[in-house]
Amino acid sequence: MRRVLSLWDSSVGKKIVMAVTGLILILFVLGHAFGNLKVYQGREAFNHYAEGLRAFGAPLLAPSQALWLVRIVLIVSVVLHIWAGVQLNLRSRAMRPRAYRKYQHLEFAFASRTMFWGGLLIFAFVTYHLLDFTFGPANPSFVRSDPYHNFVASFQVPWIAGAYILAMIPLGFHLYHGFWSMLQTLGANNPRYNVYRRPTALVLAWAIFLVNISFPLAVQLGFVR
Amino acid sequence: MNLTLHVWRQNGPADEGRFVTYRVEGASAHMSFLEMLDHLNEQLIKKGEDPIAFDSDCREGICGMCGFMINGEPHGPLPATTVCQLHMRHYQDGDELWLEPWRAAGFPVIKDLVVDRSAFDRIIAAGGYISVRTGSAPEANSTRVPKINADAAMDAAECIACGACVAACPNASAMLFTAAKVAHLALLPQGQPERYLRVVEMVNQQDADFGHCTNHGACQNACPKAISTDYIAMLNGDLRRAKFRRPTDLD
Ligand code: FES
Repeated sequence: MRRVLSLWDSSVGKKIVMAVTGLILILFVLGHAFGNLKVYQGREAFNHYAEGLRAFGAPLLAPSQALWLVRIVLIVSVVLHIWAGVQLNLRSRAMRPRAYRKYQHLEFAFASRTMFWGGLLIFAFVTYHLLDFTFGPANPSFVRSDPYHNFVASFQVPWIAGAYILAMIPLGFHLYHGFWSMLQTLGANNPRYNVYRRPTALVLAWAIFLVNISFPLAVQLGFVR
Repeated sequence: MNLTLHVWRQNGPADEGRFVTYRVEGASAHMSFLEMLDHLNEQLIKKGEDPIAFDSDCREGICGMCGFMINGEPHGPLPATTVCQLHMRHYQDGDELWLEPWRAAGFPVIKDLVVDRSAFDRIIAAGGYISVRTGSAPEANSTRVPKINADAAMDAAECIACGACVAACPNASAMLFTAAKVAHLALLPQGQPERYLRVVEMVNQQDADFGHCTNHGACQNACPKAISTDYIAMLNGDLRRAKFRRPTDLD
């Protein structure tokens, strides 16, 4: 156990923590986007789905128990992911005390350079998002029992819809580099499958980006009302 | 050909350092980059000025002594080429070039373009070796190595420890160097007994002087030996196993 905990002492170990928590968050983002597609089936289906999330696990679990279990895992993941990321980032910054006068970016992909600030932007977005749809104060007219109403009410406001769409850009970059990086960090490196790692990351990032921006767009264009 | 060089001049580790601009006249396209600097230094010496300090030894791309940034790229613009093997025919008359030392906390500047790379020696000392019984040489063919492993180990062992990976990395991380040194032993039977202890110790030592790897991949593109970041994935896998596996040669 001490050996496993000593993961935190090494930079590679911290990245393994980031990779595992990142994978959990990727799975959540996928499930979240997929679940929200129910909005296209209308008010009833969407609200029923939202209610179903609370009832999940019945009759074994009491209402909201499963939901809270998932939430706790997600909160712990977010905390560890950001904690490790910030620590590593601060340390690495200190490792180049004097900047280059001239510096060519030789990275594989632009996305890798967006991880830190992009990550913080995503965190800010998630905070707003929770205040909008989960807790309500940021929603133009929050009705606890009617998520479909909240969804439409928020995305009807042009600047909110725009902000949600913009927020998906750092998320797309983050997922693209994050997914590939996760495989690399977990040592999933097999010459036979390596050629698929980049394309998979690209498909994942685009899929999440397109599905998610479709929601505010659909409300703005009047498909969902 | 004539060139304008902006060269980082720094008298010693404690000196602030600054760029000084030089006109190079009468350089030939056949010169290597270092020969062009030799040519400039001769002119500087004639004028009674301090010549520009830079490292070099073999000048045939195999020792790893040379290396500095040219216009923000380690060893200049050619892929898989050390600066001693870079020739002036890749430049044009009138070009303006910025020469800077590797910049990293782990590589303090000694003078001008020369940096102290002993941090790499410390990483090697932490685990980049195998323990063998000395005495009569063992029969070479008694330990068989699959061809695919021998090739992969050889590719990793190509690392000449020049430091370009650190110089290119936005995090000033030496993970490509460390990974190459871990991998060329981990891929061979002789490296197995200390395999997991080695990766832990070497990564700890790299963390002491360098930043962490965020899989940017700049190192691979800067490496004069084109060493692949796949070796970093291999190192990550070995470190993970070292931390999660049943203790064998660890603890
Ligand atoms: S001087 Fe030996 S590699 Fe350049």
